[in-house]
Amino acid sequence: MAEGTHVPIRKYLTVWFWLFILSALAYFIDVVHVPSPWKAILLVMVALMKAGMIMAVFMHLGYERLSLIYAVVAPLIFLVVMTIAFLPEGTAVLGSHAIAAP
Amino acid sequence: MATAELSLHQEFQEYTLRSPFRASWQKVMMWVFIVVDALTFGSLLVSYGFTRVSLGEWANPAEVFALHIGGKEIPLLLIAIMTFILVSSSGTMALAVANAYERKKKETVLFLTLTMLLGLTFVGCQVYEWTHLITHGTRPWWNPYGPPQFGAYFFTLTGFHGLHVLSGVIYLAIVARMVANGTLDRRGSYQLVEIAGLYWHFVDLIWVFIFTMFYLF
Repeated sequence: MAEGTHVPIRKYLTVWFWLFILSALAYFIDVVHVPSPWKAILLVMVALMKAGMIMAVFMHLGYERLSLIYAVVAPLIFLVVMTIAFLPEGTAVLGSHAIAAP
Repeated sequence: MATAELSLHQEFQEYTLRSPFRASWQKVMMWVFIVVDALTFGSLLVSYGFTRVSLGEWANPAEVFALHIGGKEIPLLLIAIMTFILVSSSGTMALAVANAYERKKKETVLFLTLTMLLGLTFVGCQVYEWTHLITHGTRPWWNPYGPPQFGAYFFTLTGFHGLHVLSGVIYLAIVARMVANGTLDRRGSYQLVEIAGLYWHFVDLIWVFIFTMFYLF
C-alpha cells in the first residue's frame, strides 16, 4: 500500500510558479484601480483560482478518492450560502440607516 | 519498542484499506479539522463583509498599509511581501513532503526548517504591522482611519490567522524533530509530514482570502 498520495515534483513547481504570478496579478489589479464591479469580479476569480490550485495539488485533494473530495468540498457550500444570505442583508441595514437619520 | 510502533503502523495501513476514503484516520481527521476551521474563517469573513457593506464606509487599506520608502508611499508593500513569503513557504513545504515520500531524511528536515523560518518571518512582519497600527492609535474600538469596526476586524482576522501560522511553526518543529531523531523511520511511515503539510497549505489558503477580502478590496 502506498505511503501517501504521490504528486510529481514538477507539478508542485508549476503550481508554485502560478501562485506567484496570480498573487502579483491580484496586487496589480488593486494598484491600477480597475473600475468597481470588475475589480471585485477579477479579485474573487484570482482568489478562487489560487485556492483551487492549492487544494488540488499542494493538499493533493485532486489525487484522493472521490468520497474524500466530496466530504471536504460539500460543507464549503455553506460559505457560498452565507455570503449570498448576509451580504445583501448588509445593504438593507445600510438603507435603514439612511431612513433613520436623513 | 520498535516492533510495537511498527505493528501500530501496520494497523493504520489496514485501517486505510478498509476506510471508505482510502485514507488513514490521521489524514481524515486533519481534513475534518480543516473543514471546520475553514467554516470558522468563512464566518469571520462573511461577518466582516456584512459589517463593511452595512456601514457604507470603510478605511482605505491601500493608504493604511502603505510603506514609506525614500519619501515615496508604496501602497500595500508590506502585505505584498508577506504574501510572497507565505507562498514561498508553501512551496518549501511541498518540497518537504515530496522528499518525505522518498524518505530523504536530511532534505525533509532542511525544507521543514526553511518553511518554519519563512513562517516566523511572516509573523515578524505581522508584529511590525501591528506595532505600526497600534502606535498610530488603532484599537479594537477606535482607529484614526475609518469606522471603529475596521480596527476590530483587523485585529480579529489577522490575529486569528497569525496564531495559525505560529501554531503551524510549532507543529512543524515537532514533526521535524520526529524526522530528525528517527521516530518516523521506526514507525515505517513518513505520512505525518504530509499531514502537517495539509495544515500548512491550509494556512496559506486562508491568507489568500484575507489578502483579497481585507487588504485588496
